[in-house]
Amino acid sequence: MRVFEERPSAVSFEDLALPLFEQLYNFARWLTQDKSEAEDLVQETYVKALRGFSSFRPGTNFRAWMYRILRNSFLSSRTGLKTTVVLDQEESDDLPVETATPESLLIERANREMVQRALEGLAVPFREILLLCEVEEMSYQEIGETLSIPVGTVMSRLFRARQALRAALRERIEGEQRGV
Amino acid sequence: MACEQWRVKLDPYLDGELTPDEGMTLGTHLRQCTECAAAVLERVQIKRQVQNAGKRYVPDTKLRTSITKTLAAGSRGRTRGRTMTRWRFALIPALVLLVAAFLLSASVGRERAARQRIYSELADLHVATLASATPVDVVSTDRHTVKPWFQGRIPFTFNLPELSGTEFSLVGGRVAYLEQTPGAHLIYQIRKHEISVFIFPEREAEMRGLPSGSASAVSFNAQTWTQDSLRYFVIGDAASADILELSKLLRDAG
Repeated sequence: MRVFEERPSAVSFEDLALPLFEQLYNFARWLTQDKSEAEDLVQETYVKALRGFSSFRPGTNFRAWMYRILRNSFLSSRTGLKTTVVLDQEESDDLPVETATPESLLIERANREMVQRALEGLAVPFREILLLCEVEEMSYQEIGETLSIPVGTVMSRLFRARQALRAALRERIEGEQRGV
Repeated sequence: MACEQWRVKLDPYLDGELTPDEGMTLGTHLRQCTECAAAVLERVQIKRQVQNAGKRYVPDTKLRTSITKTLAAGSRGRTRGRTMTRWRFALIPALVLLVAAFLLSASVGRERAARQRIYSELADLHVATLASATPVDVVSTDRHTVKPWFQGRIPFTFNLPELSGTEFSLVGGRVAYLEQTPGAHLIYQIRKHEISVFIFPEREAEMRGLPSGSASAVSFNAQTWTQDSLRYFVIGDAASADILELSKLLRDAG
């Protein structure tokens, strides 16, 4: 996590933004599921961020700021508007208790392609929060800043996203075992 | 602590989000409880698999080149701006009046342009939403259903007015974005006219500069004001008296 305390003009925008290029592209591609849309989205993100860099508040998280710009641009795009999904009421303090038996043996059988397909099939809010947490290794605070949601909601949404992924994997593994 | 209570802490534990004390206590529990240890193992496997599967796409070199060029062009613009600032310092005594007059007119022009842009963006959002097959994400005429729906989706809360005894009805709501800021977009109806109400936190400088009152935006009537650090916009093709009345109801509720 890179948080800088100096005035933004003291640090070059390129120095901060270019190292994020590959990660931003990966995230954009996961969101859009389309190569050229992802390229447009990353371009748009850099242009908007460069334009808004003078208004970037020192002391806040630059990476979360960049991801927020990318995600908001995606949500305003044609594909993003179509993917708007209504999640059930998210209780920030009240996480559902999990009682299911661990399925480590089952999960072990999931291969990389199977996990990728399961991730693709998740609703955008679940897919993006899993990617930010597991792939980008963002803290809950950083995810909250990126998605503009409180930390409590980050926790409950992550919990549900992981449950949804586990269910999707289980379905795929069992389907494969049945030869579907 | 019972295992069920530990289970909700397993994810934060693996994500490194527990306090050191909680982490140590949970670590001790895991050494004694095979069920929780198995649950941790499963989570670690999934975490690893998602980490591995998630790093999937690599951008083309062409895209990097294009972005580097865009940034370089932006930097040149900024450098030129800095050089000009130094040059202007040397001439301040002679040019002070001219610069002040220029800045005043430029600032008025910028404010007007910013205001126009915000209203255009809101008018676009209003039209695009009504044209959409699913204009609202929460469909309800009940303010007690619509207001809680926004909880966790936007970083603030607001009050909605009681509409009984008025001609207005609530259609529903959705999350909207203005200047990268999430806010509430509510749709009301009066005599078959739809009116959009937008509520955003007033942290954007451009929003702060907006004067309260009536406005006309791309042939729509509009009202805007600030209340409790929130900027309200009411926009639609209904008569300006209706826009004004709905604004009053919202102000009184807030």
